[in-house]
Amino acid sequence: MNKIESNMLVMVNGQDLYVQPGTTIAGLLVQLEITQTAVAVELNLQVQPKTTFAERLLRPDDRVEIVSLVGGG
Amino acid sequence: MMESGLFLEREAITDPLQIGSQILNQRLILGTGKYESFEQMAESFKVVRAECVTIAVRREKLHDSSGRNILDYLDLDNTILLPNTSGCYDAETAVRCARMGREILRGLDNPGSEWVKLEVLGSSRSLMPDVLETLKATRELVKEGFEVLCYTTDDPVMARKLKDAGAVSVMPAGSPIGSGLGIVNPHNLQMIVEDLKQGDPDFPVIVDAGVGTASDAAIAMELGADAVLLNTSVARAADPVKMAIAMDFAVRSGRLAFQAGRIMKSKYASASSPEHGLIADRPRNR
Repeated sequence: MNKIESNMLVMVNGQDLYVQPGTTIAGLLVQLEITQTAVAVELNLQVQPKTTFAERLLRPDDRVEIVSLVGGG
Repeated sequence: MMESGLFLEREAITDPLQIGSQILNQRLILGTGKYESFEQMAESFKVVRAECVTIAVRREKLHDSSGRNILDYLDLDNTILLPNTSGCYDAETAVRCARMGREILRGLDNPGSEWVKLEVLGSSRSLMPDVLETLKATRELVKEGFEVLCYTTDDPVMARKLKDAGAVSVMPAGSPIGSGLGIVNPHNLQMIVEDLKQGDPDFPVIVDAGVGTASDAAIAMELGADAVLLNTSVARAADPVKMAIAMDFAVRSGRLAFQAGRIMKSKYASASSPEHGLIADRPRNR
């Protein structure tokens, strides 16, 4: 997560993260080593359909939530 | 009158339960949290043939592909996942959480995808729900097409409001989550059951939270609850698998007892053996 001048800042799961301009949601998942398919992605408070992952480019200051299922009552 | 069905398998003893668009033949709904291991959880579900289990939505850990996935330990072909909004403290967050749960479950093609166990908390100490936010979230989720199974307090007035807002099931707490205190106000639970089922006998009321041991689950069912949702009392029992079986029997026993119709309580005794034909007279004044 070294800051390079051309990188842009987004927030993922409440943490600051620098990504290359041109990074898609799918690219972000790869960068974060999230391999499991049972995740949901919310972008700026809107759930993103899986079909958009490969197209939707991240923009500066995007707020991303990536969630999965865990044990709970 | 029940016929020889009584002698059928355990599963056939109790009647099916419809909640929203789904039908359950197992009225014991279990949570997936707090088990010592996923293996122990899976075994507990297997021995009672769990048909519906709750599950939570949480942020994925970043840069950690090593973790085991709970989904690998669930019989996804035969289990309805009921995603919850646990840990949410306002309606907006709970609605977002519900949408994300639905998105994941749709991806899994799970029949629970349109269901949500709505939980909006008001206090981290008591884990009692914030009923005003719960009502607000219920209205929004119903508008968005969710089938809302609504966790709430044992307040009959709020239970009615949640039903009127469109919840497919109202789920009063027997006592605080994880407390094991059982059904602390059976009269309230009875009032909720009677009111919500008035003119709508199949409307499901589920006791959610507070069960400590088998008798608590049986009492909930005897009072007319349609199902019991519990987690801690099984997951944290010394022997979770055995406790799951105990809960299964308790829920079925309680259901049968409710349907059978209990006797009235009376202050004085009523002899079971005939009063006549005794071999000696009863002593005077006794």
